[in-house]
Amino acid sequence: MSVLESTATELLAELAAGNVSAAELTQTYLAQIEDHDEAIGAFLNVDAERALTQAEAIDTRRRAGAKLGLLAGLPVAVKDVLCTKGWTTTCGSRMLEHFVPPYDATVISKLKAADAVLIGKTNMDEFAMGGSTENSAFKRTHNPWALDRTPGGSSGGAAACVASNMAPLSIGTDTGGSIRQPAAFCGVTGMKPTYGRVSRYGLVAFASSLDQAGPLARTAEDVALLLEAIAGHDPLDSTSANVSTPSYTATVREPLAGLRLGVAREHFGDGLDREVDAAVREAIKVFESQGASVHEISLPHSKYAIATYYIIAPCEASSNLARYDGVHYGYRTDEKEMLAELAEERKALEAAGDRARLDALDSSLVRMYRETRSEGFGAEVKRRVMLGSYALSAGYYDAYYVKALKVRRLIREDYDAAFKDVDLIIGPTTATAAFKLGEMNEDPLTMYLQDLYTVSANLAGIAAISVPCGITGSGLPIGLQLQAAPFEEEKLLRAAHMFQRATDWHTRRPG
Amino acid sequence: MNDKPYEIIIGLEVHVQLQTQSKLFCRCSTTFGQPPNTQTCPVCIGMPGALPVMNRRAFELALKTAVALNLDIPAFTKWDRKNYFYPDLPKGYQISQFDLPMSQHGWLEISDPKGAFEPKRVRITRAHLEDDAGKSMHDEAAGKSDSRIDLNRTGTPLLEIVSEPDIRSPQEAKAYLTELKLLLTYLGVSDCNMQEGSLRVDGNLNLHIDTPEGRIATPIAEVKNMNSFRAVERAMAYEAQRQCEVWRENKIKLGDKPGGHKTTRGWDDTQQVTIKQREKEESSDYRYFPDPDLLPVIVTAEEVEQVRASLGELPAAMRTRLETTYGIDPYDSDVLVNQGRELVVYYEELATASGDGRRASNWVQQDVLRTLNESQTSISEFSVSAAALADLLKAIKAGDLDNTRSKDVFDEMVRSGRTAGDAMATLGIEKVDASDAESLCRELLEANPKIVEDLKAGKMKAVGSLIGQAKQKNPNVNPGQFKDMCLKIVESM
Repeated sequence: MSVLESTATELLAELAAGNVSAAELTQTYLAQIEDHDEAIGAFLNVDAERALTQAEAIDTRRRAGAKLGLLAGLPVAVKDVLCTKGWTTTCGSRMLEHFVPPYDATVISKLKAADAVLIGKTNMDEFAMGGSTENSAFKRTHNPWALDRTPGGSSGGAAACVASNMAPLSIGTDTGGSIRQPAAFCGVTGMKPTYGRVSRYGLVAFASSLDQAGPLARTAEDVALLLEAIAGHDPLDSTSANVSTPSYTATVREPLAGLRLGVAREHFGDGLDREVDAAVREAIKVFESQGASVHEISLPHSKYAIATYYIIAPCEASSNLARYDGVHYGYRTDEKEMLAELAEERKALEAAGDRARLDALDSSLVRMYRETRSEGFGAEVKRRVMLGSYALSAGYYDAYYVKALKVRRLIREDYDAAFKDVDLIIGPTTATAAFKLGEMNEDPLTMYLQDLYTVSANLAGIAAISVPCGITGSGLPIGLQLQAAPFEEEKLLRAAHMFQRATDWHTRRPG
Repeated sequence: MNDKPYEIIIGLEVHVQLQTQSKLFCRCSTTFGQPPNTQTCPVCIGMPGALPVMNRRAFELALKTAVALNLDIPAFTKWDRKNYFYPDLPKGYQISQFDLPMSQHGWLEISDPKGAFEPKRVRITRAHLEDDAGKSMHDEAAGKSDSRIDLNRTGTPLLEIVSEPDIRSPQEAKAYLTELKLLLTYLGVSDCNMQEGSLRVDGNLNLHIDTPEGRIATPIAEVKNMNSFRAVERAMAYEAQRQCEVWRENKIKLGDKPGGHKTTRGWDDTQQVTIKQREKEESSDYRYFPDPDLLPVIVTAEEVEQVRASLGELPAAMRTRLETTYGIDPYDSDVLVNQGRELVVYYEELATASGDGRRASNWVQQDVLRTLNESQTSISEFSVSAAALADLLKAIKAGDLDNTRSKDVFDEMVRSGRTAGDAMATLGIEKVDASDAESLCRELLEANPKIVEDLKAGKMKAVGSLIGQAKQKNPNVNPGQFKDMCLKIVESM
């Protein structure tokens, strides 16, 4: 069995048995990255030396008989939105191109404590805003199944690296679907845990009340493994839930007896691709054949989810991104040039005797802010900062933000009602398979609709997973989404494993 | 204020730094005066991904203050972001409380023992918690225009206490601040050091003027940069005068366009004037919204009651009690209570042990406070215990000591830290035996027949000379008792 074809769970057994060392494993993946990432573009930053040093240290401890962590020796790729101490964390933005955090995110600390090998930082849409990874300031990531297509986003690098065997495990973040949609597009398994299940400390905020880090891997078993390593209460994150973390690895193989699946009619409406529709209906039958019952449910407010999301997320983002002002860290405009320009403008206005415009001329501080943020942020980030600032402004706040919060509660109540009758809600992750790179560049609104089926889970704070459930006629993966009540990740993982035991979609690899 | 053609309307906003070990949302120290940027962490300098966690102690101190200010404590309070750009605000927003503050609708009673104004309740609109910004230092030296930023203060817990516009004079403003500071000191929630910025005051002032067309209001000025209570008093007085003059000149009312809007002015302590500060083009919109990084705080009625029970006796109640228990005047109770809880404890011990509350009050106010002032020490370091001083007071009352000698004994007690008796022995002061005093008296009367004649003729002043002679022979002679004795003997002659 080749290393690259193995699941993380299998590799862990090999490592434990001494059949392969962490250093060898890391070498193999580094070589794979070397060979393939030029075409895929999943990584922003690979530090071979750092990874090998870490791997060798784990091997040494293993030889010495030390007790090792849950992920001992397994390479893990990390989305470049999680702060890594002493290691550049860019968020896919020019603003943070050279930003080296002085601290580790809690997820990173936990990975280190679990003896994972951090193999690289993956590409993403700038500040996690986008659904195609094309908003990265640095590079495009290509879908390993079709290089002219998007891997999805914003965790496009995280999904693409697993799909192309460049890492067995990877961490993404999901604010409106940013783990599940790329997982669906790249044919891997990806979970957005319940809001509060995984610490957000050190996760560079896009929309604080929606952001959640989660695992991407080949199988539900591997997702269970990685989730177990990163989940748990964190006193550094006030919104992290003070609930115990079950051992997902211990239960993931246990099938769920009498599983009640809910099918929401809202998930099968206009715009759903015919092939995706068929694959999802086929997947439902797979569950039925294992004894699951299917119930039609309704999530009546889900039609407002996108609108609600595109108020709340930009509002929070406009505030979260205010700190990138060029004063304390990160990108700052060329001051000399800026001051020279300002002086020139002043001179011209003085010459023209234009008192009014002279009075309105920027102070050097304001000009520094303006130039820094104009140059440091990309178009999509600016669009959302403007949307959010507008919606929070005096006179608009009640009509937009307050109303959005009300609808958000109704969306949560839809789920609460649904989960009284069913264990899980089953449906498509996305309406279509991966689209072409560049296809939506001029059409941000259509791009926003990418989140149609995923965004409600973030607004409601519930858990959801995407698992591969088919391949389109043109050879692109299709994703099946399962959603569960808060803190029911265990149910999601067991159901996903039931499905993967009965199907082989998750074992398919590109080309 | 009836002699003036206008009424002064003042509301005060006070920012108080709460005395916590660590900042409001991280564990950095709040110690003042450390080298710049040495008390910072990813949270308070707003690093990407860092998250706030509320300091429970800060909330407890705020709650204590709010309860003492008679404020209502809602069961539910939350945190909001106040968004604005400034270089010493590294997150790009301040964490504050907007529409659901942790307390509202309270009052503080102020009075003036000299009767400068009637006792009154100043209503308090609200008190809420927020985190402080950093400090910008503008270094203009050597033609440079560099600004330097110190983030040590960033994130320090502040309690903002906003009064209603109930204050009617600069004196009342000062009294309000004095009483508030005293309360905060009694509660132990802040050191209230204005020099270090632990207590900052902004004053909103305008005038209500009676005109033939009815009562009008002048445009409100917010006065900043007042660095002492005296400065507040003077700035308010100056501003009232200024607004009155401006009104006479331009007749612009509050709300008139143009010119009737609220302005911001800074107090210049050197020139003793308020100066108009640069105004922004448009009014600021802070885009408040609930901070998604923090959970709302739930306060139960039991918690509030626990806090109330733990407050201890507060200044207003203490003044009244001292007056009734020890029979002292409001002026005296005010002086004593304003010195702080420790001094009051000392006073009460002294008053009880000496059995004379008024005499104890006088001694504490004059001799004890003078000594403490001279030595720049506090009552806890004072070398004379209340019990020792009580013995001295009892000796005075018993007539063993006259006023002058008692001061000498007190000074000796302060110097040596010894008891009243020991100090008197050191100074050679002992009670003169009654028969000794009588023989001395007879001896002197015999030697001064002229004085005896004068006394018989009713010239009582003549006795002074006798007392003087007696003191020369025996300094321990009690003048009052000696005088009585002389007169008695002369009468029987």
